[in-house]
Amino acid sequence: MAISKMRKVALPSLLAAGGLIAAACGSSGSSGSTATTSAPAGVSIGFFGALTGPNAQLGINIDDGVKLAVQQYNANATVKVSLVNLDSQGDPSQAPQLAQKAISDKLVALVGPAFSGESLVADPILEQGQIVNVTPSATNPALATKGWKFWHRIVGNDNAQGPAGAEFIVKKLGDTKVAVIDDQSAYGQGIANIVRQTIPTLGGQVVTSQSVDPNTPDYSSTVNAIQSSGATAVYYGGYYDAAGRLLKQLRDAGYKGAFVSDDGSLDPKLISTAGSTESANTYATCACGDVSGTPAGAAFVKAYQSAFNTAPGTYSAEGYDAANVILAAIKAGNTTSTAINSYINSHSYTGITKTITFTSTGDIKGGGIYVYQTSGAGFKSLGLVSNLVG
Amino acid sequence: MAMTSNKLGQGISEAWVPVRKATAEVSSRWRRAPKWARLVVYLLIVVLAVLAPSQTVGNFMAPQSDWRTVLFYPIGSYILLALGLNVVVGLAGMLDLGYVAFFAIGGYAMAVLGVNYHWSFWEILPAGVAIAALSGVILGAPTLRLRGDYLAIVTLGFGEIIQRVANNLTVTGGPTGISGIPHPPSIGHFSFLTYGVLDPTPYYYLELLMIILVIFVSYRLENSRIGRGWVAIREDEDAAELMGVPTFAFKVWAFAIGASVGGLSGVVYAAKVIAITPENYPLLLSVLILVCVVLGGSGNRIGVILGAFLVAWLPERFRGLANYRILIFGAALVIMMIFRPGGILPAGRRRSELLEGRGGGQHLGGEFDLGQPGAEPEA
Amino acid sequence: MHNFVSQIWPSIVDGTTTGAIYALMALGYTLVYGVLRLINFAHSEVFMVGTFASLFTLHALHINYAPGGIEAIAVFAAITIAAMTASGLVAVGVEYVAYRPLRKRNSSSLANLISAIGMSFFLQEVFALRYGRDLIPFPRILQKNVLFHIGNAEVRSDMVLVVASALVMMFILDRFVNGTRLGRGIRAVAQDASTAVLMGVNIDRVITLTFLLGGVMAGVAAMLYGTFYEVTQYNIGFVIGIKGFTAAVLGGIGNIRGALVGGFALGLIETFGGAIFNAQWIDVVAFSVLVLVLLFRPTGILGESLQRARA
Repeated sequence: MAISKMRKVALPSLLAAGGLIAAACGSSGSSGSTATTSAPAGVSIGFFGALTGPNAQLGINIDDGVKLAVQQYNANATVKVSLVNLDSQGDPSQAPQLAQKAISDKLVALVGPAFSGESLVADPILEQGQIVNVTPSATNPALATKGWKFWHRIVGNDNAQGPAGAEFIVKKLGDTKVAVIDDQSAYGQGIANIVRQTIPTLGGQVVTSQSVDPNTPDYSSTVNAIQSSGATAVYYGGYYDAAGRLLKQLRDAGYKGAFVSDDGSLDPKLISTAGSTESANTYATCACGDVSGTPAGAAFVKAYQSAFNTAPGTYSAEGYDAANVILAAIKAGNTTSTAINSYINSHSYTGITKTITFTSTGDIKGGGIYVYQTSGAGFKSLGLVSNLVG
Repeated sequence: MAMTSNKLGQGISEAWVPVRKATAEVSSRWRRAPKWARLVVYLLIVVLAVLAPSQTVGNFMAPQSDWRTVLFYPIGSYILLALGLNVVVGLAGMLDLGYVAFFAIGGYAMAVLGVNYHWSFWEILPAGVAIAALSGVILGAPTLRLRGDYLAIVTLGFGEIIQRVANNLTVTGGPTGISGIPHPPSIGHFSFLTYGVLDPTPYYYLELLMIILVIFVSYRLENSRIGRGWVAIREDEDAAELMGVPTFAFKVWAFAIGASVGGLSGVVYAAKVIAITPENYPLLLSVLILVCVVLGGSGNRIGVILGAFLVAWLPERFRGLANYRILIFGAALVIMMIFRPGGILPAGRRRSELLEGRGGGQHLGGEFDLGQPGAEPEA
Repeated sequence: MHNFVSQIWPSIVDGTTTGAIYALMALGYTLVYGVLRLINFAHSEVFMVGTFASLFTLHALHINYAPGGIEAIAVFAAITIAAMTASGLVAVGVEYVAYRPLRKRNSSSLANLISAIGMSFFLQEVFALRYGRDLIPFPRILQKNVLFHIGNAEVRSDMVLVVASALVMMFILDRFVNGTRLGRGIRAVAQDASTAVLMGVNIDRVITLTFLLGGVMAGVAAMLYGTFYEVTQYNIGFVIGIKGFTAAVLGGIGNIRGALVGGFALGLIETFGGAIFNAQWIDVVAFSVLVLVLLFRPTGILGESLQRARA
């Protein structure tokens, strides 16, 4: 199953890249300036993220959302858009050559980079190369502090998600003795550290603070530390696979309290890994809203389902929105990256997840945090954290 | 079962004989060639390397990636790292599975000194190399008394520990790493000496310079007292010790020199990429660099460079095969080792063996193939 | 400090459980090293295949619940045999494809190492491409009931299963190697290969047998891992392989009882390291202890060699 899916991804990208090279070769004969002005035929945008490798699933989710947006756009557009995949495998050391590739291929805009780690390496290059990049998923707060003008983010960052998770635990669940665990990744530890800082300000107490290795099978020493600390709630910063295993081992050891995690854990595989009874009393926060409630969102879910034969995954809707932000600018007649950049900075876009308006740093305005609870084999939305804690 | 395997093996071996003879011919000619002829070949390679970063070459070499960036990393960096590891593995015959640690130490030296202390690249370069060499000595001093296979696990652990420590300390930025690493100061107004964000070519030339330097130094070392000492240690440490070779000191030297090249590579890499995180230094990279060395021909510098080039370049060239790259790579390694266990260009007069390489299995093989050279009884 | 004191007994129980799995893995490294002086880096994939084999057996039997009585015994027998067979076959296959041709050509141990790494990549990717790269959950086939307490630590049924099976398997292996004719062949080759050949030992058969035994032990480890942690993944063997190798070196590589001691020691070092220094330092603590042990006992806790005489 995974293979056929991967193939589906790889082949069009290969064709697109091939076409692109042909185009690049063709235009290299004439001088560069004429090539850009006399190119009404179409523009290229890219997706930058992991499509293969161990962290590919998130990237595939986003890429499918982007592909759907481009298909729908091209169905009735004068300026056709082609999509190029830049498969980073989630590996920061591959990011520079792909960012550089985006520049030499004259892409006008990118959806991505998908992860924070690769963003730190790729974004400075994209900035210098003046390529609009809209990330649907890299939530590290530091990205907004670099003064990048071409960088945008359409989800709330960890500075919003961390406090929301802490508020949910202390105010909504009423647990004041919290164990905060992270997976030592830039993402997981970043968010967990914010939770650690926020909990005392809300009157709670961090009774134990641990970092685990997500690749190791055994979390018994962490489980023991949590059990002996008397924590009534556990916050985990990291991704679903390690979260699922930790949750299972916690429950096996007799832990009954709440387990709250972040958007990296908002995946049905958390439940299949931990087991359905073990996943009771388990929550995940996300900057992503549940889109199926609105008509536009329901239409997206239906179209996605029929295009890819699977339900949208985590960040699929955000990928779709990120692409549409760019496509709306192209539709309005902007075909150079600087024009697109100033258009999306000055116009709001009503996406399926939220209304997207960028601040001067490139971060999204507002950007509420939602909380989800496990329900059967999946998650159901409880709504905005700010509404729940009142 | 064993019989068929022997026959099959023999059949394959025989089919391979002409190829082996041809390469043996080439490498023996290479060794017999006069010094000037070899120098000409080296110069030609350098000229090729200087001309490499062109769009025409790139269109073929890396159609789905940016060739000039790929030339810097992974290709150039792998070559530099492989040359450094070759000193440890190929020349001194010690198995180091945690070589990435020194690459990381160089990188973090560049990042910490550059970002926190505002040192310039040219000040950090010697400092980073020195720190890496020092950590090589610190790691080597207690562990180099261990035998080959034990050294493997200890170095593997060291590689892991360095990554863990970088992930856990605040000075290294934890898992977020360090960003905003300064570039080397530009020299004059030449485009190939202007170290900016966009153009990777100047960094590539800088790296090329380092590679040539490392080749030169390791060539001189190999043909010095210490180099001959390494050969002796690799072939038979006890005998070398008996003949008055200061084996321990020489092994520490090899480790320190290898480490300093790793550090050098790390500094240059970090000076280009702006941001580094512990993710840049996985255990897999140590394994890949070792593969570069052995695949190319442990102990043979040209072979090692070729091996590093292939290991770095092929995955970029065949990005379209994304999902099958590692599968093919794995199968290729097994097949290569079956047919060319000494690597693409085996080190000539050397029996490129590890210290303990003459134990059971290799020795047992000798029992069957009586015609094989080098099947002397176990010491 | 109170926290640490309350973690002492749980740490001992958990460390013993993980240690049992490490010890079974360590046996594979130790047996092969004892006979061939070779680190079988593909052993982690032998383990990985075993976890998949027991999972697929459960799927084939449509077991997604915890069976009881006779059925439980039958199910455990089935997945154990499946895992042992699959892992044993893969281990022998790895030897046949990646090591034997090299041995016949008298290759260096570096070439063997690279060949093993290649084999390891290949096997991982085969499973990654076929079954995806995500964690694959096991059904719960053993209720994790608390059987009794040691101090303040709960001892669950699955922990007892892991430790007891590991000890039984190691006892059987020890008897086999030290008490049977075939085992004598292994010891003879380990002690002095050329003399063993002269004495009429069929070396290829001994080597195949050694890989088979190591693979079978990894298969048992894989079955226990699947039952205990209830997940598998294409790269699941990597970490457990490194741990097993570390345990083998810690106890004295090439020494069967050393693998047992090394496995349990490593398990305990890890849980106590985690309890004292926080979980993020576990690996650093484990490797530091390893280096210290090697400095004072350069051949591990019990020393090298497969023969009892030198153990």
